[in-house]
Formats: sequence, C-alpha cells, structure tokens
Amino acid sequence: MDYSIKIGGEAGQGIQTIGDTLARVFSRSGYHVFTNQDYESRIRGGHNFYQIRFSDRPVMAPCEGIDIIVALDNASIMLHEKELSKSGLVIYDSATLKRNYEKQKFFDIPFAGLAVEHGGNRIMENTVATGAVLGMLGMDLKIFNEIIGEVFAKKGEGIIRANISSALSGYDYAVEKCPLCSFSPAPFSRPKMLVAGNDALGFGAIAAGCKFYSAYPMTPSTGIMSYITGKAEEYGIVVEQAEDEISAINMVLGASFAGVRAMTGTSGGGFALMVEGLSLAAMAEVPVVIALGQRPGPATGFPTRTEQGELLFSLYAAHGEFPRVVLAPGTPEQAFFLANKAFDLAEKYQIPVIILTDQYLADAQWTFDGFDPDRLSCTDYRVRGDVFRSLGEYKRFAFTGSGVSPLGVPGDAKHVVVVDSDEHDEEGHIVEDAGTRIKMVDKRLFRKLPLIKKEIAPPLFYGSKDPEIVIVGWGSLYGAMKEAVDALSKERNTAMLHFSEIYPFPLTDDFDYVSLLKAAKAAVCIEQNATGQFARLMRAETGYEFKAQIHRYDGRPFTVESLTGEINACIGRL
Amino acid sequence: MPALEDYKGRPPAWCPGCGNFPILSAFANAMADLGLGPHQFTIVSGIGQAGKFPHYLKCNTFNGLHGRTLPVATGIKLANHDMHVFAVAGDGDCYGEGGNHLLHAIRRNINVKLFVHDNQVYGLTKGQASPTSMEGMVTKNQPAGALSGQLNPMALAVALDCSFAARAFAGDGERLKELVKAAVGHKGFALIDILQPCVTFNKVNTYQWYKERVYHIEPGYNPEDRIEAFKRALEWGDRIPIGIIYKNYRTTLDEKIPAIRKQPLIKQAFDRSMVEATLKEFY
Ligand SMILES: Cc1ncc(C[n+]2csc(CCOP(=O)(O)OP(=O)(O)O)c2C)c(N)n1
Ligand code: SF4
Ligand SMILES: [Mg+2]
Repeated sequence: MDYSIKIGGEAGQGIQTIGDTLARVFSRSGYHVFTNQDYESRIRGGHNFYQIRFSDRPVMAPCEGIDIIVALDNASIMLHEKELSKSGLVIYDSATLKRNYEKQKFFDIPFAGLAVEHGGNRIMENTVATGAVLGMLGMDLKIFNEIIGEVFAKKGEGIIRANISSALSGYDYAVEKCPLCSFSPAPFSRPKMLVAGNDALGFGAIAAGCKFYSAYPMTPSTGIMSYITGKAEEYGIVVEQAEDEISAINMVLGASFAGVRAMTGTSGGGFALMVEGLSLAAMAEVPVVIALGQRPGPATGFPTRTEQGELLFSLYAAHGEFPRVVLAPGTPEQAFFLANKAFDLAEKYQIPVIILTDQYLADAQWTFDGFDPDRLSCTDYRVRGDVFRSLGEYKRFAFTGSGVSPLGVPGDAKHVVVVDSDEHDEEGHIVEDAGTRIKMVDKRLFRKLPLIKKEIAPPLFYGSKDPEIVIVGWGSLYGAMKEAVDALSKERNTAMLHFSEIYPFPLTDDFDYVSLLKAAKAAVCIEQNATGQFARLMRAETGYEFKAQIHRYDGRPFTVESLTGEINACIGRL
Repeated sequence: MPALEDYKGRPPAWCPGCGNFPILSAFANAMADLGLGPHQFTIVSGIGQAGKFPHYLKCNTFNGLHGRTLPVATGIKLANHDMHVFAVAGDGDCYGEGGNHLLHAIRRNINVKLFVHDNQVYGLTKGQASPTSMEGMVTKNQPAGALSGQLNPMALAVALDCSFAARAFAGDGERLKELVKAAVGHKGFALIDILQPCVTFNKVNTYQWYKERVYHIEPGYNPEDRIEAFKRALEWGDRIPIGIIYKNYRTTLDEKIPAIRKQPLIKQAFDRSMVEATLKEFY
C-alpha cells in the first residue's frame, strides 16, 4: 500500500491542521509517512496545498497519483483533479464551494453542515473532513481521538467532545455513503516519530548544547527559531530576535566569545547581510553555526519555495581566505545529527560552520523509528574555570601544531581574552608586520585545514554494488534519489551517491567515489538549481566532470516519478 | 584592588595631542576606582581610531567590525550578565555604519555602557564628514561643506527613552571619569557621547572651541525629567551642556528573559539527559 492525500485550499483555511493531524494519526499507527507543503507568500487567500504520503514501507519523497483530494476551495479541483490516481477521489463540501461536481470521482460531504449539527460550530468543518478521510481509509478513530485530546487539552472537555463527535460524523458519513472507497490500510504496528526538517535542526542544535540563538525572521529558516524559542525556558536558552541579520550574526559572535554555543539561521538574502560577520568569525576564530535555508533567488525570488542555488555562495561568501565547513542534510534525521556535528566542528576548530537546507527539507516531515541520542557528541572544547585559572600564561591565538589555540572563557580567570578583526599577534593585539601575518594565516588556514578535511564523511552510497548507472546529488534530494534508485533498479543496476558533508570536499582515501563514477556507464548529477553548482564543485575538487546533469529550477520539488522520468530521459540521450 | 599599572596595554598609535589620550586615562582611572580588574570587564570596540582603544588597555577585548559593537556587546551580556560590558566606538562607527543597532540597543535596554568618541569626523579614513559633523564643515571629500544636518545623539537618546544619556568632554578628564563611574553604577543601557578633539582632521571643533562652550550641568538639574532633558539635549552651539542629561530606571533586557533570571547563561550547564524526553514529543 502507498497512499497519497492532498489537502488544498486558501491560506488561512486550515489545511495545515488537517494535514498535521492526519500525518500524526498515520505515524502513530506505525506507517511510514512523508509530508510536504506548497504555499504562497501570503497569509490569506491564494492556493496552498499539503500533501501526505503514507505506506507500510519507507517513503521519503512526494509521488504522483493522489488517492484522496480534500478540496477546501474550487482551485484545488481545477489544479489537482488531473493528479488523481485511478481509484482516486475528491471530497468537498458543495455548500461551501457553491458548486456541484456531478462526476464519478467526486464525493460531496457537508463538512460545514455536519460540524454545526454535531459539533455545534462551523469551525469544526476541518475536523469533519479529517474524520471523513479516516472513514474512507477504514481506519480506527482511537488514535485520532487521542490526538484531539492532546491538541485541545488546554481548551477543555467541551471542545474536545465537540471535535470528537464532529470527526465521527464525517467518518460515519464517509463509511455509509462512499461506495467507491476501496482503500485497505495495513494493520497497526509500532508508532513512529514524525519530524520536520526545521524542527529536527532546531532540536539538533539544542541537543548539541546550543545556548544562544539570534536571527531575523526569513522563510524558510524561521521555523528553527520558533522551535528553539519553544524550548528556551526548559533548556535554558536565550533566543533574541535581532533588528537585522548583521546584528544577528554579531550577537551570536558575542555570545560565543563569552563562552556559550551559539547559532543563527537565515535564508539567502539574510545570509548576504551576514557575510562580513562570517569573515569576522574566521579572523577572530570565534565558533559559529549558521543555518542557511535556501529558497529560489536572486533577491526575494520565490519566498516560500525551494531551490539549491546557494551552494557556491555559501562556499565563497565573505572576504579573505579561511577554512569553513558546509554541511547539507538530506533528511530530518541527518539535520539532527549534522547540527550536532556542526557545533562540534565549529568549536573544535574555532571556525564557522554552515548548514545548508532549503524550503523543501525545512517543511517536509518524515517518519523514523527514532534518533539515538548516544550518537551525539558533546565535548566542551573551551578552556574554563579551574583549568583556565591554572594556566601560567594565556595567549588567545598561541601558535600550536594544530593551529588550534586555547579558547578561553573571559572572566573565568585573571587572564584576559583578546580577539580582533584586524590581523593580530598571539595575544590578539593589532599587528602590521609581514612575519606575523604569514604565521597567522598558516595557523588559521593551513594547519587546521588538513585536520578539518579528515572530519568530513564520504558521500553516502546506496544501491547496486556494481552499478551501470550512478545518480549523484546533495542535500534535500536524498529521499527522491533513493526512491528513484529503487524504481530504476528494476531495469538496471543503479546506485546513488549522496553528499551531505560538502566542504571541505570529502577525501577519497576511504571510499574512492571518483573511481566508482568513472567505472559506471552513466553518471547523472541532479541538482535543484539552474547551473549545476555541485557538478562544478566536483570538477574543481576532483577533476571529475559529469556528462549528464539534471537541473530543476521551478521552485518545486521532484516527485519520485518526475525524477525517475528525467533520469531515464537523460540516460536515453547519452 | 587593581592599580593603574594593571591596565597598561600596548603603546597607542594615535596622533600626539589626540583627544583619545585623556579618555584612555579617565577610563583606566574609573576602573581602578571601581576596583574592576582587567578580567572582570570586556570592551567591545569597532573600527576607527576609537576602535583601537582596548588594545591600549589591558582587558578582555572584542575588537570587531566597523559599526557592529552593540550587537556583539549584546551577545556577550546576554551570555554572561555578570561581566561588565562596554562598547567603544567612533561617531562614524556608531551613528553612521551602526546607527540601526543603536536604536535597538536603546529599545532593548541591554545593560551595556556605550562610549562614543565623538570627534565629529572620520579620523582613521582621514577626515571625511561624519554624522555629527557640523553642517557646512569643509573636508577634502565635502568641498562644499557637509550638506546633511548634524545628528544630535543626546536628543536621539532622550527621544528613544534611553536609560542613561550623558555628554562628556575629553578635555575634562575628572568629570569624564565620574561619568564613566556613574554609567557603570546605573542599571540599564548607558550612552556617553564624549566630545573628543581630533587635532589632525577637525580644525573646527578644537580643544579651544569646546572649552569656550562646554559648561557643567548645574547640581539642581533633574535628569529624570524627560521634557527638561530634551531641552537640555537640544543645546548646541554657544553653550554645550556636560553631565548626565537624562536617566530612567527601566527594567533591563537580561532581567526580562526567563532563562537567565536566576543565573547567567554561561553558568548553566547543558543537561543532555533532557534530550530523551524531548524526543518523545515527536511521536
Ligand atoms: C564596513 C566598513 N566600511 C568602511 C570601513 C573604513 N573605515 C574605517 S574607520 C572608518 C570611519 C572612522 O570614523 P569614526 O567611526 O568616527 O572613528 P574615528 O576614526 O573618527 O575614531 C571607516 C569609514 C571599514 N573598516 N569597514
Ligand atoms: S586622526 Fe584625529 S582622532 Fe585619529 S588619532 Fe589623530 S587626532 Fe586622534
Ligand atoms: Mg570619528
């Protein structure tokens, strides 16, 4: 079984609530769930949708062929009717849409009427619709009722009961009057965790000991700030909404200098404003983690849609030469653990680490059996308290074999901590002489870099051990690629390389992925941008040149079918 | 108790006679009087002649970017509110490049003390007009004279309800020292705009020019009267008031943040065992 449900409507109609509730019912019932959202940059009106895919086997990208469309507006029907699968159905409320669709696949359910009748208020029409979907699927309402109890716990018994009876009315209506329903969901298994990219990243930061977060709101990164804000009091975290992104990164540098783990998050436009601060982080060797949620540019671009257009920007942004790390998680789970790695590397090497995500990953929810907290590393690399006090002398930028100097916490000892954006000596004071300059560049850059390179994991390999076709991609394309490999493998030996740790570019010592690419009959690089930025990076770093590339830059994510189709077409042309 | 010697830093690279020298010694004297050792406070400075200030002292130092002192200082203070945090910047740095941050630092009422070395000119970049240059001041880059109006930092501060706003004159070290101590003693964001002669590039606002105009605000003046403060803030020209122009006792930002009400952030160790409970929320 593999079902897709699409809930469409105007912004403000509550499609998110329906979607979130259904997704939670499925994940708690033990299904594998994937959800993604498509929304416009507006608060009311327009057309948005929320798509849920659930299955008894892992799903990790949207697919085509919708089984149930919940149409809260006429646009949902106009735009998405053609996406229905063979047995697919549209449910809608003719009273609300002020239209009757006299077609076979259409199923008129009085969402509003039933809400008034059973819940006492039209407001519960979305609950009726949710119940109807569960009825069509023949699912048990027990878990749904549990969730309603949790969601409305603060609103009291009355509201909970009204919602439960509204849902039941929709459920019964669908069971009785929907002769076409032939869905057969699998039996219950262990509940799964359901988590979105932004929440995983925010939680990953918290679990890495992040104590300070400052940002200026910008889609699609705002969710990270919201998640951390929600946990701030519980975990002892300060979240400060800055007056602009320049301030945000400088606040973070101040907090990090003072001795706590600190992070900021933004999108391309805000990152552009942070660039001078990024350079300062490098010069002052202050650890910083920056989440960069990409969206289509240039300028304001498509504010609520997805792209991978900032890979090279994140690599080359900022004046001067210095080491940095760029990570690009492909799943919420990777986002959680790479956030941990980002904080670890930033502090260990006193460098900026950038985590590249995009709108698609930020908002998409995935299911997992769980995250293993034992995989988290939590080393405190700062020199604090008694250890700091016991030092005979202290130089913030002392020359060392590794290039890494002791990161003292100011105030903990009599030693003063001095950092500077000018070139400086070991103590941190301004210098102008050529000799010190050379030694400092060697320390900051050349000594650290080989050590940092060793920290970077090779790309993830999946698929046939002896592949004819290798597809290559990075960041949020992971899920669609993996499902495409499964689909393509039915005909040919196919494999994929997924890069989630992008810079410094992975070494080939442990896994010679370049030879693998050379040995394959066809290697296709897939990117959600117009120019193939990763392919260019690959060529610059390894000399390997992709002959086949797929670029998508319409701001929309790949479905499994569209990606598989493009790969086949691409190979056909070779 | 720390001695003056304890604050000795690198030899200053300022021009002989620069108004920054008396500010440096007034500040060191104030710290010694207050008994604040070099490791107990942090100076965040920007870029410019004023930005070099902490290098010529001994203290925790974050010499950051041009215009960005206040965000860094805010970050430090929020992470460790036991630390005394000073921001030191030039007039170009703070009122020009970083103007937006000043508005918001005042609004936040972060408990940071800001000293603007206001020489009414860009010193380090060799004498261009700054936001506080007097209208008509001729420079190499402003041959027809500065065309924009002069920014009035005191009026701005009073208008924004700044917790502590004072004006000082580098030529009056004793009074400056007392104002620094008063600012440290005041709970809340403090701005001291220090009139600082630039002997090399500002040939208008010289020591002599200031000396003929500055006067000490009389003892009976009530700096908590905002209307009177605004009037006083507007005085410029023949008579320039020196002293505390305005103050109020607003709650500071760090006092309002629940996570740090009991203890500075830096003292709160991360409890990894909490992660497991949070994971459960995703089911
Ligand atoms: C982003 C940026 N822009 C410009 C400069 C060049 N710059 C250095 S100092 C300065 C002006 C200094 O004037 P002010 O802040 O009044 O300090 P002063 O030297 O007068 O003490 C400028 C424009 C810089 N360092 N950084
Ligand atoms: S240029 Fe002016 S401000 Fe700079 S050191 Fe010389 S006198 Fe002082
Ligand atoms: Mg100046």
